[in-house]
Amino acid sequence: MYNAKAVIVGAVIFAALFSSPFWLNVGKADYKRPDVVLPKNEKECVEPVEYMRAEHMALLNQWRDQALRNEKRVYVSSTGKEWTISLQNTCLKCHNDYANFCEKCHIANSVYPYCWTCHITPEGKK
Amino acid sequence: MNKSRRSFLKVAGLSAFALSSGVAALSSTAQAAATMPGSSYKVGAAALKARRWAMVIDTRAFKGPEDYQPLIDACHKAHNVPTIEGSNQNIKWFWLDKFDSAFPDDINAYQTAAIKDRMFPLLCNHCTNPPCVRVCPTQATYQMHDGIVAMDYHRCIGCRFCMAGCPYGARSFNFMDPRKHLPKEVPNPTFPTRMIGVVEKCTFCAERLAVGQMPACVAASNGRIIFGDLDDPNSDVRHALAENYSIRRKPNLGTQPGVYYLI
Repeated sequence: MYNAKAVIVGAVIFAALFSSPFWLNVGKADYKRPDVVLPKNEKECVEPVEYMRAEHMALLNQWRDQALRNEKRVYVSSTGKEWTISLQNTCLKCHNDYANFCEKCHIANSVYPYCWTCHITPEGKK
Repeated sequence: MNKSRRSFLKVAGLSAFALSSGVAALSSTAQAAATMPGSSYKVGAAALKARRWAMVIDTRAFKGPEDYQPLIDACHKAHNVPTIEGSNQNIKWFWLDKFDSAFPDDINAYQTAAIKDRMFPLLCNHCTNPPCVRVCPTQATYQMHDGIVAMDYHRCIGCRFCMAGCPYGARSFNFMDPRKHLPKEVPNPTFPTRMIGVVEKCTFCAERLAVGQMPACVAASNGRIIFGDLDDPNSDVRHALAENYSIRRKPNLGTQPGVYYLI
């Protein structure tokens, strides 16, 4: 092998850097699901909680396209209940604690959606 | 092992087919998983429906620009439209201009004073052949089946092709965050604002039509603006057009505006 010394040192440095997140986080606390504050007065969301937890972003995209492009502004859920399609006026009516619901989980998972540059959160109004 | 070119191509083609169909199957199952089985979408029961929405503005019934102010206020309140005074970056949904500017094809230096000095209300014409829709590279602006030219701000990339395409100046670009020019409590908390870098315009109040209300300017006009279905011969707009002389902006461009002016 040409330049064996440099190559091996380089490979070791690369391996150390590449695995650094693993070493830096060894021994730290496990990921805990954030304690989101659920709406107090409402028991039933648009769809079951497992689906909402995993797919709410896909559902919101479908809602947007159906409402804006097809003028279908009513969502009939799998249980047959009808909901007006609106992030601001339907979702946020119950989920009115933005900091302890949306934001808490988004920050824990390092996702930063820019819904609120246009849509208005209940407490902020702006 | 000595493969011929022919057998190599056969295997390569088969592999490519198998891989691509696998990817297609994966993506379609992912899409199906995102939709809750048994759910569906429908039009609201109270929604107003039409084949072609159109507006007829009786400019003779407005005495001066101050008569239009309640309409402008109603529109801008309903949609959280900011006012950016003394700037060429103002946001226009419903605005006023003189006859010469609004109808530049109608060149006549000896027009009656009543028409020459009158202010005309201007808004998006919701054209039958909208040039803005043709030039939009992301389909952020599109024509709905009822003739409304709508905007999906989620998709707008702010390229401003639509502003160059629109012959009526009906589109405004958000050069800055519009919330800086709105009060802390926005005028209509049930409607979103826009963000920096997107283009916006009049929507013929699609969100009001969906709940059975007339557009904000029509509701505030005391019957001086008529709104209805152009495809229905018995509609109010068709009666108004049949009984009065009407003009449209820049008709020679062939965009077929949906806003008619009685003069």
